[in-house]
Amino acid sequence: MANTVNLNIDGIDVSVEAGKTVLDAAKELNIHIPTLCYHEDLCVAGNCRVCVVEQEGAKNLVASCAMPAQEGMVIHTNTHKVRNARKHIVELLLSEHNADCTKCYKNKSCELQDLASDMIISENMFLDLVPEKNYTIDNFSPSIIKDDSKCIRCQRCVRTCHDLQHVSALGVAYKGDKMKISTFFENSMFDVVCTNCGQCVIRCPTGALIEKNYIEQVWDAIHDPNVHVVVQTAPATRIALGEEFGMEAGNIVTGKLAASLRRLGFDSVLDTDFSADLTIMEEGTELLTRLKKALVDKDASVKLPMFTSCSPGWVKYIEHMYPDYLDNLSTCKSPQQMFGALVKTYYAEKKKLDPAKIVSVSIMPCTAKKFEAARPEMRGSGYQDVDLGITTRELAVMIKQAGIDFNSLPDEKFDSLMGQSTGAAVIFGATGGVMEAALRTAYELVTGREVPFENLNITAVRGMEGVREASVKIENVLPAWSFLEGVELKTAIAHGLKNAHQIMDAIKAGTANYHFVEVMGCPGGCIGGGGQPIPTTPEIRQKRADAIYREDEGMEIRKSHENPEITQIYKEFLGEPLGHKSHELLHTHYVKRKRV
Amino acid sequence: MKNLKRVDIIFGAYTQEKYKVLGETLKKSSDQIISEVTDSGLKGRGGAGFPTGLKWKYTANEADPIKYVVCNADEGEPGTFKDREILTRVPRKVFSGMAICAKAIGAKKGYLYLRGEYVYMLPDLMAELELFHKCVKENNLDFEIKISMGSGAYICGEESALFESIEGKRGEPRNKPPYPTVSGLFGKPTVINNVETFVNTLMIMRLGADEFKTLGTSDSRGSKLFSVSGDTPVAGIFELELGMSLEDFVEDFGDGDTKAVQVGGASGFCVPRKKFKDTIIGFEGVPTGGSMMLFNSSRSMYNVLKNYVEFFEEESCGQCTPCRVGCQQLKLGIEAVKKGEKSATYLDTLQKLADTMKVSAKCGLGQSVANSFSSIVDNFKEEMIY
Ligand SMILES: Cc1cc2nc3c(=O)[nH]c(=O)nc-3n(C[C@H](O)[C@H](O)[C@H](O)COP(=O)(O)O)c2cc1C
Ligand code: SF4
Repeated sequence: MANTVNLNIDGIDVSVEAGKTVLDAAKELNIHIPTLCYHEDLCVAGNCRVCVVEQEGAKNLVASCAMPAQEGMVIHTNTHKVRNARKHIVELLLSEHNADCTKCYKNKSCELQDLASDMIISENMFLDLVPEKNYTIDNFSPSIIKDDSKCIRCQRCVRTCHDLQHVSALGVAYKGDKMKISTFFENSMFDVVCTNCGQCVIRCPTGALIEKNYIEQVWDAIHDPNVHVVVQTAPATRIALGEEFGMEAGNIVTGKLAASLRRLGFDSVLDTDFSADLTIMEEGTELLTRLKKALVDKDASVKLPMFTSCSPGWVKYIEHMYPDYLDNLSTCKSPQQMFGALVKTYYAEKKKLDPAKIVSVSIMPCTAKKFEAARPEMRGSGYQDVDLGITTRELAVMIKQAGIDFNSLPDEKFDSLMGQSTGAAVIFGATGGVMEAALRTAYELVTGREVPFENLNITAVRGMEGVREASVKIENVLPAWSFLEGVELKTAIAHGLKNAHQIMDAIKAGTANYHFVEVMGCPGGCIGGGGQPIPTTPEIRQKRADAIYREDEGMEIRKSHENPEITQIYKEFLGEPLGHKSHELLHTHYVKRKRV
Repeated sequence: MKNLKRVDIIFGAYTQEKYKVLGETLKKSSDQIISEVTDSGLKGRGGAGFPTGLKWKYTANEADPIKYVVCNADEGEPGTFKDREILTRVPRKVFSGMAICAKAIGAKKGYLYLRGEYVYMLPDLMAELELFHKCVKENNLDFEIKISMGSGAYICGEESALFESIEGKRGEPRNKPPYPTVSGLFGKPTVINNVETFVNTLMIMRLGADEFKTLGTSDSRGSKLFSVSGDTPVAGIFELELGMSLEDFVEDFGDGDTKAVQVGGASGFCVPRKKFKDTIIGFEGVPTGGSMMLFNSSRSMYNVLKNYVEFFEEESCGQCTPCRVGCQQLKLGIEAVKKGEKSATYLDTLQKLADTMKVSAKCGLGQSVANSFSSIVDNFKEEMIY
């Protein structure tokens, strides 16, 4: 084959595709080369130097992650020279790292710690550089804590923020011994363009970037006999939580999740899927209303395309980067926030509880949800709608703290009021899912027929392609929707903010003409969220997405408008989608933010 | 000068007619130019000493229609100040060399990356550039030179960091391969040479490869500008034949009490008196981009070393572990030994660390810290401890 190169690693011949690196080639041979700055999702940096290997004929060692495999190369990955250099490098990293492991949130899940332990580093070879540097911890953001004393300058976060997310809140500042990862003018993460997506957090090898955890606050609420603690869990948590307990990616643990929450002591174990269905009702109606106003009333003030608004990272991104398009965002609150607003109104009413004495907790695959919960707009119930948002990872910590053997838990169900869900709600967790759920409902609403796809699976909107387009021709509509007869509904889907940026630029340039656009801030959608188990790789995200769609297929009800609790809440409480109450509780507005 | 022959090629007078040699050279084919530069045996004057003809040939062989010529005038190596002099006195020769390269490799655009502190030269350089652009046009060469300013970071003299800087990014070295000849400025095949190297290529065109080769040794052809500083009665810039012995050099330039010469700046080697006789200055011995710093017995070599390590600690771009952290450890380490906080054996640990930096750092900066560190610690150990 012309496009392969042959090389020899540790005495074994191997052929790899041209363009692969020495590290890739070693992987094919199951030879493990340690790495730190390398990450599958990111461009190669080659800066930590932990992956150095010996190349015959080369004067110096080479970084295997950055070295292209070349014909005839002879590589040794485990020589005296290599081992010495790697050990020195890890010792150097430790000397500039605040290695107070027992007091670190990432204790036992730190890549630097793993390397040090593999190498059996038992004493400080070099001088401790940490005391010289006067580090301060940035904990002003409700989502992310940045502790430079733990930073090893691998720049994974910088590459994530810039290359994957096109946000560039994090960058490299200064040089030499003062070089550090910083923000614009060294402002707090709270005061810069950071979207709180947490993609940096799930790629940080150490404890330098972590979620702000609310574990103790949740325990305090649970242990407080005077409050009623309600918990909601997002769709994407149930297909990832198992990873925290040693399961393979892609295991569906919905039943164990409900059981574990009950054992932790939450008073009511509910499901964000319920409000995902509600979102579809509200957002679908909003879309149809916008279409009517634009197509029939020719109302120029109506903005199309309409953008989804369930991803708080995406919402903050557009507030910073494309504030001229805020009117294009659906006014629907995210499912988390719809849920929160209803817990302290509808739920409280039905359960005869004083909303002041309800603590509303959410389990989210997301760090931006913490910020979202704290937004001043999110007090529709008269109280802070969601009191405490915690990540999938924080929940795992709590389960371990409580001594619960997660893997042997029985499967249980969610509690009943606001606990019922559909397949449409579950797929919210994967990129394209909101679009698919919305189409399932909107199409049926308009035509009286199910979407014309086999088994309701709208495969055209699924997948991991960064930007996807799909259109649906609307025909034989019900009389009320005659204005939509023959309309080709054009949609687009983007996940990861760099792809969102691409779509936005196309829309701005007038080269894209959509009616409805779904954007998820994180690669893969919520399944790849910044609050999900670490690590994240394309393969892991794919497995989680597959699990989401399996879960959907296994559900009895797969369309949001068929969720009986949804019918019930409109009948008993909300009236109709986009009605007065909905407006008060389920919709919101956005704010323009500065670019830096 | 008792021992060493002064040469006067680089600063030699311009031809009577402006850009005469350039005009004649541009009539030659690309192949002719490259083979003449290759024949001359010229090696880069920026420090690393890569054969210039080969570099041009590799770039010429690339199929990409867009290529660049870049002149490295960042001149950041401590103790080097010869490019400043060249650009002040004979800028025309530099631009001509770049144009010859452009013709040889097929580039339409060139950049001169000028050290930030040399910004005062801009008016004169721009005036000369105007003449130059007129001349290349007259000679039917489609080639334009832009001047790009540095901002005072030593690392931006490293070729790939320099490209990043011109591209408007943070000046950090890239992974290699790919090398500049394949993917340099803006990802295009690029020749980057030192200021003096470009002048030499012009002089080869004027004198012919054969005459150029009569100077120097088989490994180190031609003459070289030396920036002489330190404990010497005759500090300044001198053009000398390559391949001289350090002993002869010290006899001519020393103050009679020279105890060591730092050859090649902070990233070069320290040669102690006892080795002067056996040290050849050139690519076969100790190479130098031109910096020659002499130290007499009144100098503390501990202070000299500390000064260098502090320089590297500050000028490292900071991206790679061995260099960023290694430099800090070397500095604090020698301080700790000096203060008695660490025992003398800690110097051995530091030497091993320097060796690791040499083999594992990402770029030439981190890789060359060991040169001065080890040569000074080896040769002046007592001064490090007491
Ligand atoms: C840290 C560092 C700084 C450098 N600074 C310079 C410089 O100021 N001027 C220069 O010509 N080359 C410098 N170089 C060498 C360049 O990378 C490159 O090799 C040179 O410009 C090639 O030109 P030449 O072949 O004509 O020598 C530096 C290299 C390193 C690693
Ligand atoms: S060796 Fe130093 S200057 Fe070079 S890339 Fe590494 S940190 Fe930067």
